Amino acid sequence: MDTLQQLSENMQKGNADQVARLTQQAIDEGCEPKTILDDALVGGMAVVGYKFKKHEIFLPHVLLAAKAMHAGMDLLKPLLVKDGIPTIGKVVTGTVQGDQHDIGKNLVGIMLKGAGFEVVDLGRDVSPEKFLDAAVSEKAIVIGMSALLTTTMPVMRKVIALAHERNVRDQLKFIVGGAPMSKEYAQKIGADAYCYDAVSAVECVKRFIGAH
Amino acid sequence: MRPTVRFLSDQLIEQIIAEARELLCKLGVEIHNDAVLALLGDHSARIDNATKRAYFTPDIIDRSLQAAPDSFRLYDSLGNEAVDLSDMNVNFTPGSSAINILDHESQHSRRPTSKDYVKYTKLMASLEHIASQSTAMVPADVHEMISDSYRLYLSLMFCEKPVVTGAFTIEAFEIMKELQLAVRGSEKELAECPLTIFSCCPTAPLKWSNVTSQNVIDCARYSIPVEYISMPLSGFMAPITLVGSLVQHTAETLSGLAISQLSNPGSPVLYGGSPAVFDVRYETTPMGDIGTMMMDCAYSEIGKHLGLPTQAYIGLSDAKLLDAQAGFETSMGATLAALSGINNIAGPGMLDFESCFSLEKLVLDNEICAMVKRMVAGIEPKEDFPSLPRFEELLREEHLLISEHTMKYLKEEVYLPGPTIDRANRSRWQEEGSRTLGARAAEQVEALVTQHQPVGLSETVLGDLTSLMETEARRHGMSRLPEIR
Ligand code: B12
Repeated sequence: MDTLQQLSENMQKGNADQVARLTQQAIDEGCEPKTILDDALVGGMAVVGYKFKKHEIFLPHVLLAAKAMHAGMDLLKPLLVKDGIPTIGKVVTGTVQGDQHDIGKNLVGIMLKGAGFEVVDLGRDVSPEKFLDAAVSEKAIVIGMSALLTTTMPVMRKVIALAHERNVRDQLKFIVGGAPMSKEYAQKIGADAYCYDAVSAVECVKRFIGAH
Repeated sequence: MRPTVRFLSDQLIEQIIAEARELLCKLGVEIHNDAVLALLGDHSARIDNATKRAYFTPDIIDRSLQAAPDSFRLYDSLGNEAVDLSDMNVNFTPGSSAINILDHESQHSRRPTSKDYVKYTKLMASLEHIASQSTAMVPADVHEMISDSYRLYLSLMFCEKPVVTGAFTIEAFEIMKELQLAVRGSEKELAECPLTIFSCCPTAPLKWSNVTSQNVIDCARYSIPVEYISMPLSGFMAPITLVGSLVQHTAETLSGLAISQLSNPGSPVLYGGSPAVFDVRYETTPMGDIGTMMMDCAYSEIGKHLGLPTQAYIGLSDAKLLDAQAGFETSMGATLAALSGINNIAGPGMLDFESCFSLEKLVLDNEICAMVKRMVAGIEPKEDFPSLPRFEELLREEHLLISEHTMKYLKEEVYLPGPTIDRANRSRWQEEGSRTLGARAAEQVEALVTQHQPVGLSETVLGDLTSLMETEARRHGMSRLPEIR
């Protein structure tokens, strides 16, 4: 079995130590950092996502795999930067103003990080201004907003309106989620996507960042 | 004998409580409310203002346990006693604050309107086995800033039963208190005859938000009963084991108890909760899971051990329609809850992880509640001994259909359900249209709502309620309330 395949399999099993060792081995064998990233790590995470959907593995296994992926990313990142390959992209997340529910939002953050995205989590009770200040200063591509209360979901519309006001709407993608949300509501407020869970949120962000 | 179920030994209960106390004192609780931190500080809790942590002391915990009443009662809007939350008494209340309603016609879930809410509260007035109403849904046709208080308003306008409710913001407490004062007449009468219970939620793990901790002290100030709704999610925001989650639940609930009892010793509280296991396949918090139900029963045992009346979100389902899953999860929960003696069982009518309400399910669940209540009444001899004369009568008369003993005990011994439950033989069922449970329940909903009688509150009180609500609506830019009559 070649190194990349071993690397992918160990990552899927969540063996962080092995992933670090095998990533280094692949680098030493002269593999392109971008190839290690795409073929072994990102490719392996896709398998993990698939197995999760099929109930072959559960959320804890997905997180273990994600942690293992980080062990490899830590070694690859400096090389990717040197090669001028941009890191995979930044997402700002938060629960909207007035809302204290953050479990779902946190889970989305955990899974996004697992998939290799950088996540800037603004926490709960986040004002529209704070969302946009952070997105601009962090050069984020995606803003992920969570609302669990029917009383707080209208804040999302305000965040998007403020993005228009500040002339940054075009450079940002807005994804939203939470129990009272729906595809229709997301469309109504002009968000780019609604995601019903963390795994679909990762797929969605991948689409957006790929397009970026 | 009243049938009961126990999940925890006394020894395990004491161990769980001891561990929870240690968490409160050594790890502390993060409280995002300066007034609450100051209150705890005044009672010699160590406060770390930078991290907003309060480190409890054994004395604070003991004192709040001593101060909290071991029972209380709720009174309907006319002042009659309606709910007795003491000992092993069991009362039901509908699930609360659904985001959606299951529309019977379309079988789709959608946002509820004021009309749906009025229909619900009229229905509640006639469901005899559900002792209190809850603010079951959040109407979407009013400004969101009044959507919590407006539910309470509608409930008081159309149904006399006491109300289990809660505020979504700090500001909403004021109008929700004013509405209650309009009904009771004075603060003193409201304190003596509680009309509502407010749900107040700590945040897992071991935190209180500004809003919910403020709600606790605001309620305590007026002796409005509070139910603490701690929600450990096993394996995610709490240990995977039921015992570990119970330790967390105990610590979070005791921290809430301290907040209310230090602000107003003796103000009424329910030792409640809504823990859940976390489904690691779907990322959800199933209320119909057996582990969830076991935790509910177990923390109620802990609450009773501490000498407090209890509450749980149990007897509800995660199904999306009124189907067999809805029936079995609800009945299983309601049965276990009643056997545990949970004093206020919150669940009837609820589907979809506490997010969708069904009027048809409420009618079905009313029957479940009745059967469960019959069950806990137990098996008792009723002029059964000596048996010989009764059997001599049976042999002599060839049946006991019109025996004096039958006539005397028929109603007490046998619970005969309403038309939602199918008890016909097959031929009769077919002749009557082969109707499904859903169809029978829907028909019952319509029949009961049509029979609704106006509440007994005076025109003056009803007028006061409406003008309070209109003023509040105007404050949020709504010139008028939706048409409801
Ligand atoms: C746990 C919980 C709480 C906890 C929250 C703890 C925390 N740290 O988050 C506590 C106990 C603190 C709490 C408090 C309250 N709650 Co609450 N809560 C819930 C409950 C039971 C589960 C939510 C949850 O965590 N689910 C598990 C996670 C994993 O799922 P999730 O949040 O849906 O997130 C997933 C998806 O939605 C999506 N997603 C979510 N966010 C995002 C964001 C992005 C960007 C993307 C892409 C995807 C995404 O992906 C996530 C992962 O799968 C819900 C019921 C429900 N059906 O949702 C009620 C519920 C939301 N709460 C409710 C209420 C009323 C309250 C309170 C007002 C009660 C009170 N009076 O005190 C307070 C709120 C105070 C405030 N101002 O915020 C109501 C809302 C009613 C309404 N009409 O709006 C609900 C529906 C329950 C009910 N019927 O009463 N609550």
